[in-house]
Amino acid sequence: MSQVQPLVQEIVIPDRVKADNPRQSLAAEVAERSGTELNRCYQCRSCGNGCPFVQAMDYTPNQVIRLVQFGLRQEVLTCKTIWVCVGCHTCSSQCPMGIDLAAVMDTLRLMAVEAGVVIGKPNIIDFHEEVLRSLEKYGRAHKLGIMLGYKRQTGRWLKDLDLGLRMLAKRKLDLIPSRVRDANKEIADLFTCYWRESA
Amino acid sequence: MSDVKPQDFSYFPGCSLATTAAESNRSLMQAARILGLNLIELEDWNCCGSSSAQTMCRNLSLGMAARNLSLAPAGRPLVAMCPRCLHYLRSAQQCLQADPKTRAALEEKWGRPISTDLEIIHFMEVLVRYGLDRLKANARRSLKGLRFVPYYGCTLARPPRLAKETYFQGEMEHILTALGAEAVPDALMYRCCGSFLSATDPEIVTPLVQEIIGSAVAAKADCLVTACAMCQLNLEIRNTNRAKIPIFHFSEILALALGADDYEEWFVRHLVDPRPVIQKLSKAA
Ligand code: SF4
Ligand code: SF4
Repeated sequence: MSQVQPLVQEIVIPDRVKADNPRQSLAAEVAERSGTELNRCYQCRSCGNGCPFVQAMDYTPNQVIRLVQFGLRQEVLTCKTIWVCVGCHTCSSQCPMGIDLAAVMDTLRLMAVEAGVVIGKPNIIDFHEEVLRSLEKYGRAHKLGIMLGYKRQTGRWLKDLDLGLRMLAKRKLDLIPSRVRDANKEIADLFTCYWRESA
Repeated sequence: MSDVKPQDFSYFPGCSLATTAAESNRSLMQAARILGLNLIELEDWNCCGSSSAQTMCRNLSLGMAARNLSLAPAGRPLVAMCPRCLHYLRSAQQCLQADPKTRAALEEKWGRPISTDLEIIHFMEVLVRYGLDRLKANARRSLKGLRFVPYYGCTLARPPRLAKETYFQGEMEHILTALGAEAVPDALMYRCCGSFLSATDPEIVTPLVQEIIGSAVAAKADCLVTACAMCQLNLEIRNTNRAKIPIFHFSEILALALGADDYEEWFVRHLVDPRPVIQKLSKAA
């Protein structure tokens, strides 16, 4: 049976104007995953003014909230700020609206990893992956291994060599990793979720 | 006094105290021994997950912290010294309380129960329960004349998700002033030490650490005392100020006051030599 061609081509209605659009807004998604109501933000900028690392960021924390509210997914998932954030909660404890910005940053980092976007601050994700390699292998963080692996990866080994040697001399970077007995089984098992697919 | 039985606690050292900050661990053990507190290291513990697991995968970070909870025998509190470890262990417990399905799945995987009402406390809480008077009675060296900045860093000061838990603002001052030291609060006590940025981007962290140390020097403090081994390390290695003052881990000062005598062995592991400050103390005594 041959298909009957419609006389008039069906008009394609873009997703976003459908009333039953299944895709959540970015703000709703971030609010849900982070468990914090970021729409209460009124841009007082306490968070941006208090963050110790704001100078190394491309957007201040309050600007990150705005990007999320405006649905600028690409901009926010590829920005540096979410990687520079160390989760010190200075902003979260200062926000007059009780917004847990650190939880928002956590959520955005995870979303960036899941979406596979270009990472705004690649040396930081390299470092985290180096830590995870150590954790997978030993179940504990082996600092010397992490530092060596990390410096090798980003070619910045020389930059801190002097300090590394001083720390070694003080035996701060122990040579023999301390490890978990059952690391092979129980720990490696935990890594199946993220690691295998993306690395 | 002999009717006070030594109290048992499960103890989670965490990676820093087990390795780079072994001196903090040794002094903590000494202090606990002198006080008759029995810290039983959690058998076969693993890293709490740290910010790296937290960043890369929620299941991984939950799983790593939860495995430690599964290793803790019910019936005695689990004690951590590292504020970050404490934070991740408590967060995992909260998650498992709210998510019985994941809890059941992990219990089945490991063949061990995970008690979700296990008490997870910081070592300072142990001291508070022990009682400042009893603590004072055990002191063997006076800290008189030691001007210290109680440096809490960021994590002992109330992450909002765990707002219902006990936090420790002021505890360091209570304990150490009870032992004779003098708290110098007009410095940057809660400013973050830079965490992992100290490894990845030292140029961001150096000026901030300088501000922290600078504020302590300006307040005429002899030293900073911190409850976190990573803070201690970052404040030491990223300080390029000409003025250098020693950074102690809380447990070192505590053990010193309680009369531990192997402190020379911990102090050689510091990058800023703390011995002059200690000598000043013993002269004053
Ligand atoms: S502190 Fe809170 S309300 Fe103020 S700008 Fe930041 S997120 Fe918005
Ligand atoms: S939690 Fe992140 S954004 Fe907030 S103050 Fe700390 S580093 Fe800045």
